[in-house]
Amino acid sequence: MKKTGAQILCESLIAEGVDVMFGFPGGVLLPFYDTLPQYPQIRHILVRHEQGAAHAADGYARATGKVGVCMATSGPGATNLVTGIANAYLDSVPMVAITGQVVREQIGKDAFQEIDITGITLPITKHSYVAMDTAHLAKIVHEAFYIARTGRPGPVLIDIPKDVFTDQAELTVPSRVELPGYKIPSQGHPAQLKNAAKLINEAKKPLIIAGRGVIISGASSALREFAEKAQVPVITTLLGIGCFPENHALSYGMAGMHGTGYANKAMESCDLLIAIGMRFDDRVTGKISAFAPHAKIIHIDLDPAEIGKNVPVDIPIVGDVKPVLISLQKLVENNSRISWLRQLDEWRQQHPMLDIKDGDKLLPQRIIREIYEATNGDAIVVTGVGQHQMWAAQHYFFDKPDTFISSGGLGTMGFGLPAAMGAKVGKPDKTVWCIDGDGSIQMTIQELATLVQDDIAVKIAIMNNGYLGMVRQWQDLFYKKNYVATPLSCPDFVKIAEAYCMAGITVTKREEVRPAIDKAMAHEGPFLVNFMVEPEENVYPMVPPGESNVNFLEQPKKEVSAWQRRSTP
Amino acid sequence: MATTKHTLVALVNDKPGVLNRVVSLFRRRGFNIDSIAVGHSEVQHLSRVTIIVNGTTYTVEQVRKQLDKLIDVVKIFDITSEKNTTRELALVKVKATSATRSEILEIADIFRANIVDVASDTLTIEITGDEDKIESMLKLLKTFGIKEIARTGRVAMVRGTLGAPPPEDKPVRSRVKRENA
Repeated sequence: MKKTGAQILCESLIAEGVDVMFGFPGGVLLPFYDTLPQYPQIRHILVRHEQGAAHAADGYARATGKVGVCMATSGPGATNLVTGIANAYLDSVPMVAITGQVVREQIGKDAFQEIDITGITLPITKHSYVAMDTAHLAKIVHEAFYIARTGRPGPVLIDIPKDVFTDQAELTVPSRVELPGYKIPSQGHPAQLKNAAKLINEAKKPLIIAGRGVIISGASSALREFAEKAQVPVITTLLGIGCFPENHALSYGMAGMHGTGYANKAMESCDLLIAIGMRFDDRVTGKISAFAPHAKIIHIDLDPAEIGKNVPVDIPIVGDVKPVLISLQKLVENNSRISWLRQLDEWRQQHPMLDIKDGDKLLPQRIIREIYEATNGDAIVVTGVGQHQMWAAQHYFFDKPDTFISSGGLGTMGFGLPAAMGAKVGKPDKTVWCIDGDGSIQMTIQELATLVQDDIAVKIAIMNNGYLGMVRQWQDLFYKKNYVATPLSCPDFVKIAEAYCMAGITVTKREEVRPAIDKAMAHEGPFLVNFMVEPEENVYPMVPPGESNVNFLEQPKKEVSAWQRRSTP
Repeated sequence: MATTKHTLVALVNDKPGVLNRVVSLFRRRGFNIDSIAVGHSEVQHLSRVTIIVNGTTYTVEQVRKQLDKLIDVVKIFDITSEKNTTRELALVKVKATSATRSEILEIADIFRANIVDVASDTLTIEITGDEDKIESMLKLLKTFGIKEIARTGRVAMVRGTLGAPPPEDKPVRSRVKRENA
């Protein structure tokens, strides 16, 4: 029996295990939306702006490990997806973005709401399709999902003209994917594994730096076993947070621009750096000529194009992180490395960077620590981009993968709220906190309406400092406090929440913090807490841009007093 | 690092937009493509692209790896270091009077070029060869006045029975000694 393109698309999505999609309709998508109610298995969440759809699909994918799906109409709908697609591309997030297109005979004629979206997204998609024939639609969808989730994941775009939705064709379920040009490296070269093991066994001061590749590969326990056997300390990138338990004795926190001082010192003095599923982003390496100057480097990554891209490596291992770590773990010897670990602990004592200033001021670091304690460290934390993002990375402790969701590569302000929405939809039983800034959240604040309409119980904590805080911090430190275009006149966020029929509360005093957090968590449905934090608080430590990682700025000493850090077992 | 000419050969899916994907990767990396030639290959549905590009071994290797990641690029080789045959075809329209015609015909003959069109005041010459040969002939013809040149861009093939080597699995690159570290 023949089916319409719209039916074929729905059935193909269901065949790929899709149970939710984030979208926004439009003229050319009407045939699809007309058909959608025939398939109640697919929950459609109507966003308020297409960027929100892409970020929500992104948050959903990171929280669940499944492919996130977003949809937008032709023209402006499609271009509104672009930021979200780029974000997913840079952070290797599996996503399928479906855009409507004008009818086939109008393509190329500058028709109403026609835009060349496959052309626009060429450099920010893993692959893209224009479905010009209804008979090919099922095969295209199957391939798109396969490409999005396998290998190094990424966004795949499918552009579908309106009349392809209405045309009819036989639905032939594709049984396998034939993509001769698509290669997925798997195990890692045995000779390189042997060489790596030899270097690890001989190293006096080895260090692991783990990135999001560990999380994508599901290699957390493999990493742990490997690190424990060889007694190699572990630091992570921003997106690697959660891949190794931060309460583990071998964990030394996050490295890079706002990383812990001891992680950066460790990178500086290690004699062997084992980089796993990370890509030597400049925010991690600092000044490249001074990066890990005494170390040989082993780089384990699935993507051969990442090897030697930014930093030359001694032993490259191209392969999926998990099987590579499992084989490597068998090849390395038991070790103790007492003096190296003692050295790191000493640095940790000397640079207690995660201590928080005492006093009555409402400090964002303390609020995040309170959220950590209130949630027992078991929440999914989604952030926007800016100071609050770094404080969340520093002061919430993550012990499990897929619990810290943040925009790393693209640094997309406005990512937090819609991504938190997607994460909550994907993991409805988990507490999801969106830690956001007053600048960041205003870029996608319209999604509060989506939270209310679809009853998505995201808890929102706004670190409201009345500034574009991170930019202000750079102006403070590097531009003589010339605060240009950073002071923000913010709306009353609680009134905004109320206008969207959502509950909220403003907090101005230190003692109100915990009760407000508890109230938010006890509340059924979404809840917004507007924390009026210290306006000119800076994120420390900080490596000034272009500087070597060891030249980090610390919190001015006189201001610091103790806040008990969670003890490491 | 010194830049040198690299010859990349790619087998790509014969579909709309594929060439755009290949070329835009060069744009992103800031490469100027010296020459690009596309045509059918021995395999149905696969086109063969020959790209000549100037760059350091390191940057060209980066581009090769990025190109290899494209789903529509089935195979890609850098055949620069292999012994290979490179050919290009050019059509050259030269001014020719009754006084100069025989001299031009003589030059064409030396280069084993063919005359493909004769008009009252021009000759069109078809020449095939490597870059040097074509450049040499053009140099000689210049004195007569060249009205038009059309060149195909170079195509290349590895000599011998083996053909293009399989994609190398040689990720090793020794760590460069860094100054001021």
